Amino acid sequence: MKLFTISEIKKSFFIALWFMFLTFPIMVIRVNTVENEIKWRWENMLFIGLGSFFLSIIWRYTIEKKEAGEKKSETGKSAEISFFQQVVETPRFYVPATIVTGIFALVFPFIFSIYQTNIMITTLIYVMIALGLNIVVGLAGLLDLGYVAFYAVGAYSYALLNHHYGIGFWTALPIGAATAFTFGILLGFPVLRLRGDYLAIVTLGFGEIIRLVLENWNEFSFGPSGIDKISRPGLFGIELSLHGNIIYTYYLMIGLTLFTIFVVNRLKDSRIGRAWIALREDETACQAMGIDNTKTKLTAFALGATWAGIGGVVFAAKTTFINPASFTIWESIIILCIVVLGGMGSILGVILGAFILILLPEYLRAFSEFRMLIFGAALVIMMVFRPGGVISEVRKTYKFKK
Amino acid sequence: MKNTIGKLFCILTTGLLLMYSIHGCSFAPDTINLGVAGAHSGDLASYGLPTVKAAEIVIKEINAKGGVLGKKVRLLVEDDVCKPEIATNTATKLISKGAHVVIGHICSGATKAALGIYKESSIICMSPSATNTDLTLSGDYPNFYRTIAYDDAQAQLQVNYATKILKVKKVAVLHDKGDYGKGQAELSKKYFEKSGVKVVLFQGVTPGALDYTAIVTKVKREKVDLVVWGGYHPEASKIISKMRKNRMKTGFMGADGLKDKTFIKVAGKNAEGAYVTGPRDVSKNPLAIASKEAHRKAYSSDPGAFFDSAYAAAQALLNAIEKAGSTDYSAVSKALKTEYIETPLGKISFDKNGDATGIGFSVYQVKNGVFVEVN
Amino acid sequence: MDWEYFLELFLGGITRGSIYALIALGYTMVYGIIELINFAHGEIYMIGAFTALIIATVLTMAGFNQVAIVVIASGAAVLYSCAYGFTIEKLAYKPLRNAPRLSALISAIGMSLFLQNYVLLAQTSDFLPFPSLIPDFEFWEPYAHIISSQELVIIITTAIVMILLTFLIKFSKIGKAMRATAQDMNMAMLLGVDVNLVISATFIIGSATAAIGGVLIASHMGQINFYIGFIVGIKAFVAAVLGGIGSIPGAVLGGLVLGWTESFFAGYVSSDYEDVFAFIFLVFILVFRPSGILGRSVSRKV
Repeated sequence: MKLFTISEIKKSFFIALWFMFLTFPIMVIRVNTVENEIKWRWENMLFIGLGSFFLSIIWRYTIEKKEAGEKKSETGKSAEISFFQQVVETPRFYVPATIVTGIFALVFPFIFSIYQTNIMITTLIYVMIALGLNIVVGLAGLLDLGYVAFYAVGAYSYALLNHHYGIGFWTALPIGAATAFTFGILLGFPVLRLRGDYLAIVTLGFGEIIRLVLENWNEFSFGPSGIDKISRPGLFGIELSLHGNIIYTYYLMIGLTLFTIFVVNRLKDSRIGRAWIALREDETACQAMGIDNTKTKLTAFALGATWAGIGGVVFAAKTTFINPASFTIWESIIILCIVVLGGMGSILGVILGAFILILLPEYLRAFSEFRMLIFGAALVIMMVFRPGGVISEVRKTYKFKK
Repeated sequence: MKNTIGKLFCILTTGLLLMYSIHGCSFAPDTINLGVAGAHSGDLASYGLPTVKAAEIVIKEINAKGGVLGKKVRLLVEDDVCKPEIATNTATKLISKGAHVVIGHICSGATKAALGIYKESSIICMSPSATNTDLTLSGDYPNFYRTIAYDDAQAQLQVNYATKILKVKKVAVLHDKGDYGKGQAELSKKYFEKSGVKVVLFQGVTPGALDYTAIVTKVKREKVDLVVWGGYHPEASKIISKMRKNRMKTGFMGADGLKDKTFIKVAGKNAEGAYVTGPRDVSKNPLAIASKEAHRKAYSSDPGAFFDSAYAAAQALLNAIEKAGSTDYSAVSKALKTEYIETPLGKISFDKNGDATGIGFSVYQVKNGVFVEVN
Repeated sequence: MDWEYFLELFLGGITRGSIYALIALGYTMVYGIIELINFAHGEIYMIGAFTALIIATVLTMAGFNQVAIVVIASGAAVLYSCAYGFTIEKLAYKPLRNAPRLSALISAIGMSLFLQNYVLLAQTSDFLPFPSLIPDFEFWEPYAHIISSQELVIIITTAIVMILLTFLIKFSKIGKAMRATAQDMNMAMLLGVDVNLVISATFIIGSATAAIGGVLIASHMGQINFYIGFIVGIKAFVAAVLGGIGSIPGAVLGGLVLGWTESFFAGYVSSDYEDVFAFIFLVFILVFRPSGILGRSVSRKV
C-alpha cells in the first residue's frame, strides 16, 4: 500500500476534520460553573487535527498490514507460527532463556532499589492470582467478573486472624486458601446453570456483595476504616528490617509463583485439566462424553479461588493494612485483562500479561497525569493488533511418527 | 527469522533504555527532596491535586529566596490513587528516590498503609487531610504529623453545638459508607448518645447513586430535629435538595467535607441554613490571601480542597529542616515540635502526638450563599 | 400500612428505574447484535452530560433564553454522544469483530478508561454544578412534595423514548435489519443487509438514549464529574441482564425492577445493604430464570 497517495491524504484530512469536530466541546471549551468562567483553548483543536491526521495514516497502514498477514496465514499452507511461540517451542531458545531469567530473578533485589523489588512483589502476586483465574476463564471458559471476592476473602482471613488471635503468616496461608476454596464452592453452586455473560454478571454481583458486606459490617470487618498493623511474613521469629523483609517477601513470592506454575501446568495436562478444556470448547459434547459438568465446573471455580485466597494472604501481609477499597470491581477487571491480554490458557502468556499490566502503570508514572489515559489506549491498541493475546495458547498436537 | 530477532533486540534495547531514562535520574545530593504523595488520578483526584499545587507554589517561593540550608528544594510527586496497596509502592518509590520528608498521604487508609514504611526509614510524613483519629492519638506512628484537626475534635464540636445551641432531641446520622464519612458519622453518633440525644437512624447511602428518595422519605417519617451528614458534598447536596423539595424543614449539619463552595453552588437556595463545621476561618489571614493569589496567578483558577493546610504543611516541614540545620530525623522532629511558623492557617507548631496546635474548628452556617461563622 | 410512604418509595423507584432503563437500552441493543458488553457505554452517557453542561454554560453567558438553551444543549448532547458512539465502534470494536469475544470486552474496558481520563484531563476532576435544565412547573406545585416536576419529566421522557424506540425497531426498515442481524448476522449479510451500517446505527441509537438519560439525570442531580458514568453503567448493565439481555422491553422492566428493589429495601429495611440486596435479588432471579425475566431461553442444538 502506498502511504501518500492523494486519496489517502484526503481520507486522513477528513478524519482529522471529524476528530476536530468530535473533541471540540470537551477539548476546546473548559467551563467552571462554580466561578462561571469559560476558557477557550483553540490551540488544542490544532493539536488534535494534526495528531489525528498523522495517526490515522499510521493506523490504516498497520491495520491493512495486519489484515494482509491474516489472509496470508489463512491461505498459506504452513500457517506461520508467531515468533514468540517458536521461541517457546524450541529448546535451543527456551533453555538458555529460562536460565537467564532464573538468574536475573535471583539477583534482582540486589541490583535494583527497594522500590523495584516492591513492585516486583506486587507483580508476582498478580502473576499468581491471574494464573488462578486462568483456570476459570482460560481453561474452563467460565467468565468470572467477581474474582476479587476470593482475593478479599484470603486477605481478610489473614488480617482478622492476625488481629484477633495473633496468628502468623505461615499458619494463615493454608487457612486463607481453605477459606477461599470453601467460598469458591459455595458461590459456585448457584451459578452452575448459567451460561456465558449471565455467569459473568452473577459473579460480578458476588464480588460486589462481598465488598459491600465488608464495608458495612463494622462489627466483623471494621468497615471502611480497615485493619492496620498486620504482621509481615515471619522468618522463624527473626526480626527483619524493612529492607530485609521486602527482600524476604520477594523470595517467598518467587517460591509461591514457581509452585503455582508447577501445579497449574500439571493440572492442565491432567484428567481434570483436559475436562476443563473440553468444557470450554463445547459444553454439550463434553457432557455427552461422560464428563460430570457440575463437578468439573465446581473444581475449576474452587481451585481458581484457592489461588486468589493465597494471593490475598500475601497481599495483606505485604501492605500491612487492608480496607474494602482495595477490592473493587476494577481489581477483577484488571486481573481479567491480564489473562485475556496475555493469552488465554497459556501460562507463559498470563505471566507476561501480568508483567505488562502491573508494571506498565508503574513505569508510566513518568507521564504522571497521562498515566491512565495511556494505559486505556494501550489496552485498546494491544487488543486490536493482537486479539489473541501476547502469546496464544498452543494446542497440543500429536503426530504420527513413522 | 534473523530479521525478527533483530527487531526483538531493538525493542528490548529501547525498552531498557527507556527504563533507565525513567529511573536513572537518581537524586542529586545537593537538593532537599520534598515528596508529595496522594491521589492525583482516579475518582478522588480532586482532593489530592491541590496539595501538589500548594507544594509547587511554596517551593517556588523558597527556591527564589535561595532554598533551604542553601540547597534548592526539589519536588517528588507520586500518585497513590488513595489505595493502600499502591500507597506502599508510592512510599518505597519516594524512599528510593531519596525523599527527605513527605507531604501526604491524602486519604487516611493510604496513609496508614504507607506510614509503617516511612517509619522504618525514619522519614517524617505530614498530611494535610488525613483526619483519622488513630493516626496521631494511638502513638503508633511517631513520624506522623498533620495540619488538620482530627475527626474526634470535630465530632465533639458538632455535638456540643447541636445539643447546647440548637437543643436537638432526636437526630438522624447518615454517611456515605466511606473511610472518612463513616468514621465521622460513628464519632458523631457516639458523642450524641453520650450527651443523651437519641440517634433514631444511623445509615449509609451509596455514593454516586441516582436518587436518594428512599432515605429522605425515611428521615421524614422519623421526624427528627437534625440530620447529621458524614461524608463529602456531592451526596450531601443531593440529600438536602431532596429534603427541601419534600418540604422538610429539618436542620442539616455536616463536617469539613461539606465546606466547599460547590456544595452551596449545587444545592443553591436549598443549602440555606445548613450547619457545617470546618477549619477556623482563615480568609482574613494575609498569608492565606497571598497564597490564594499566587495560585490564581500560576494556574488561573481558585485553589481546591485542603490547599491551605497543604501549603502550611510544606512551609512547616521546610522551616523545620532549616531550623534543625539538617534533614536528620530527630532534629527535624524536635524542630517541628518547638518552632512556630506563620502559615495560612495562623501561627502553628505541633504537639507531642503530631497534631498541629493553634488550628481548630468552627461552626459555620450557610447564609445568603456564603458560609458565615456562627459561634 | 402507611400508603403515602409506600407511594413515595414506589415513585422514587420509578425515577431511578427510568434512568437505569434508558442506559440499559444501549447495552441491550449492542449486546443483541454483536454480543459485546460495551463497557464504554457508561462513559458515553457521561460525555453527553458534559457536552450539555458546556454548551449550556456558553449559551447562558451569551444571554440566550431558557427554552433555546434547553433545546440546543440537549440537541448537542445527543449529537455528540452519537458521534462518540459511532467513532468508538469504528476504532475499538470493528477491527475485533472476528476476534475472540473476550478481546473485544478488554478493548471496551480500555476505551472506558481512556474516555474517563480524557474528560478528567481536558476538563476537571472536581464536581461541576449542572444548571437545572428542567424548571419547576407551576401547575405541579401541589403534588411536588410527592414527586417533583423534574422526576415527572424524567418518567414521561423515558416513556416517550421507549415507545418511539419500539416503533423504530418494529416497523422501520433499519429496525427490521437490526432484528435480522441480531438473529443471524451471516444470514442477514447474505440477504443483502449492510451489517456495518446496522451495527453503526445500533451504536448511534444506543448512544442517543444514553445521552438523553445523561442530560435528565445530570439536571436532576445538579452536578457531574468524569466518574459518574461508571457506577451507573454497571447498574444499568445489571438491569439489562435482569430483564433479559438483548430484549428491549426487558431492559425497561429490568430497570424498573432494579429501581423498585433498591428503593423498597432502602425504605423498609436499611439503605446500608440496598446494593447487596439488589445483587442477591439478581442472583436469585437468574438462578430460577437463567436468561432474565423476559429473555428467551435458547435451546441449544447438539
